[in-house]
Amino acid sequence: MSTVAKETMPDAQGHFGPYGGRFVPETLMHPLQELEDAWRRASSDLDFDHEFRYYLREFCGRPTSLYFAERLTRELGGAKIYLKREDLLHTGAHKINNAIGQILLAKRMGKTRIIAETGAGQHGVATATVAAMFGMKCVIYMGAVDCERQVLNVYRMKMLGAEVVPVHAGQKTLKEAVNEAMRDWVTNVRHTHYILGTAYGAHPYPVMVRNFQRVIGDEARRQIMEKEERVPDLLIACVGGGSNAIGLFYPFLEDQSVKMVGVEAGGEGIRPERHAARFQGGSLGVLQGTRSYILQDEHGQIQGTHSVSAGLDYAAVGPEHAWLHDEGRVEYTYATDDKALKAFQTLAKLEGIIPALESSHAIAECIVRAPKMRKDALIIVNLSGRGDKDVAQAAAKLGLQMPQ
Amino acid sequence: MSRIQQTFAHTRTENRAAFVAYVCAGDPDFATSLEVCRSLLANGVDILELGVPFSDPLADGLTNQLAAQRALESGMTAARVFELVRRIREFSQAPIVFYTYYNLVFANGVDAYVREAKAAGVDGILTLDLPPEEAAEVTTACAAHGVETVFIIAPTSPDERIARIAAAATGFLYYVSREGVTGVRDQMAANIPQAMARIRAHTKLPTVVGFGIGTRAQVAEVAAHADGVVVGSALVNCIRDHLAERDRIVPAIGARAADLSAGVRR
Repeated sequence: MSTVAKETMPDAQGHFGPYGGRFVPETLMHPLQELEDAWRRASSDLDFDHEFRYYLREFCGRPTSLYFAERLTRELGGAKIYLKREDLLHTGAHKINNAIGQILLAKRMGKTRIIAETGAGQHGVATATVAAMFGMKCVIYMGAVDCERQVLNVYRMKMLGAEVVPVHAGQKTLKEAVNEAMRDWVTNVRHTHYILGTAYGAHPYPVMVRNFQRVIGDEARRQIMEKEERVPDLLIACVGGGSNAIGLFYPFLEDQSVKMVGVEAGGEGIRPERHAARFQGGSLGVLQGTRSYILQDEHGQIQGTHSVSAGLDYAAVGPEHAWLHDEGRVEYTYATDDKALKAFQTLAKLEGIIPALESSHAIAECIVRAPKMRKDALIIVNLSGRGDKDVAQAAAKLGLQMPQ
Repeated sequence: MSRIQQTFAHTRTENRAAFVAYVCAGDPDFATSLEVCRSLLANGVDILELGVPFSDPLADGLTNQLAAQRALESGMTAARVFELVRRIREFSQAPIVFYTYYNLVFANGVDAYVREAKAAGVDGILTLDLPPEEAAEVTTACAAHGVETVFIIAPTSPDERIARIAAAATGFLYYVSREGVTGVRDQMAANIPQAMARIRAHTKLPTVVGFGIGTRAQVAEVAAHADGVVVGSALVNCIRDHLAERDRIVPAIGARAADLSAGVRR
């Protein structure tokens, strides 16, 4: 991919090639333009950048380490594996990077109320956290099924002062939570900012979220140059909407020698409604503000999805990923529930790190690839979140018993 | 003149606003939905706005979400929606406008969809999540096949957007009276006359007003300022309220339409 292509993506209307754009009810069109204008002003404002960096450093704990996974590397017997430790961030996942960026923007725009969707609850917790920090009202929409399987995060959001609204429509997961958040936003847009949690949705969200998350890749690049004096051979990240992946990938896109793999949720295997691997079973469509690869039936109705990880359990993928897929710059594959659960256990036992089920999909792909690579090859896996939230669900799936 | 133009010409000669009724195609099932449409058109409805059921109707309130869900569960597909239009055309020449979401138009090719809609007897298409900026493919196909376009103007639309939206529309404009989703409200938005004046400064197209209108008094109030008044959820509620005894749906919705449409004829 040429430098020129990267510099011009997205275009002024938010298109990444045929993907992206702004497909929303008219009520939101002007507010999205105002958001874009405010974000562009902030992007070229050193005070904003200073404030953003201040909170990432002092509040979130950046930079996160690029940790050499020595026992995992030895066990797999191939490439040298580094973990980008986004799991060490305050609130437990990369989501806080974007939440900090957007709350600072909301404050500048004079908004007094914050809403967000959440799947696994990590973005909901991050949003509730920043809303508490800045004294704003906060409402989080979460599918009723997700509220059950990620109950720990529901309690965290409530303790942080947010109102959590369970969404009972459809299959009661992330897609329905996004619908409900958009219905709230269209109703309260004059004083409410919607902190969308991933590199998805109407322009400018995909590019704005990417830029708030690129700190992951910027740091990782600097850190690997310090440790190994060269860029890595392979980057691996899980892809739901795709914000942790694009955050890691983006600063390496022009390094032609760096291969990148995005790992989607293979669920129970690639059968309709039993997975969330958009590049396996999806086709071009328009959903929730943008054009991208979407899991849909032959009539354009959106299909149900499944994944053990609530954060990847979504019918569409961010438009920049769709474009990087078609360009051939990033390879997209999937890991099934079973493989992700195995990887979850492997990392816990070998490295003393319990990863989020989402991030476990990336670890699963690393377990496949590392042994096939030379010992002097370098892999960076984005460990996008920690697995505390998943412990009860994983224990049930793995049949762990309480000690008698 | 198109059926839409004829209708507004006619209501103008009667010095009144058009009464536009929304129901979801196939709610709660195909046969009942056909009789619902027949009953609406026999009870003062000038323009029929047919919702095309979508799995993710993010601009709709709960009433219309549940209507779409019922329609999809009863087996409505794109082909069945077109079939419903053909059946309505057997007894009515009233304008029929699709109220839909873009993915349904886009899924199997915009041009093919619009051509099929025209062949079935559809007069206009309103795509909720398609602003004029992204609508070139739809407006081109509609122009090619003789289907009119309807676009939404919102209270948050500044003047420059109103001009742009008016330029993209050919059938009529739809002003949503408040920020929010579809659904009945107790209180009408206050600034409709000002909004209509702002829109008319940019266009000669008829402008209908909808979202949140559910009583005859509200219909009459809006009709004093607009070229048409849209009622949706208040009619859909007649279907919801009689799901246990479906044979009561048609008389109930007919009576409701007669009562509400009297609001444009006072």
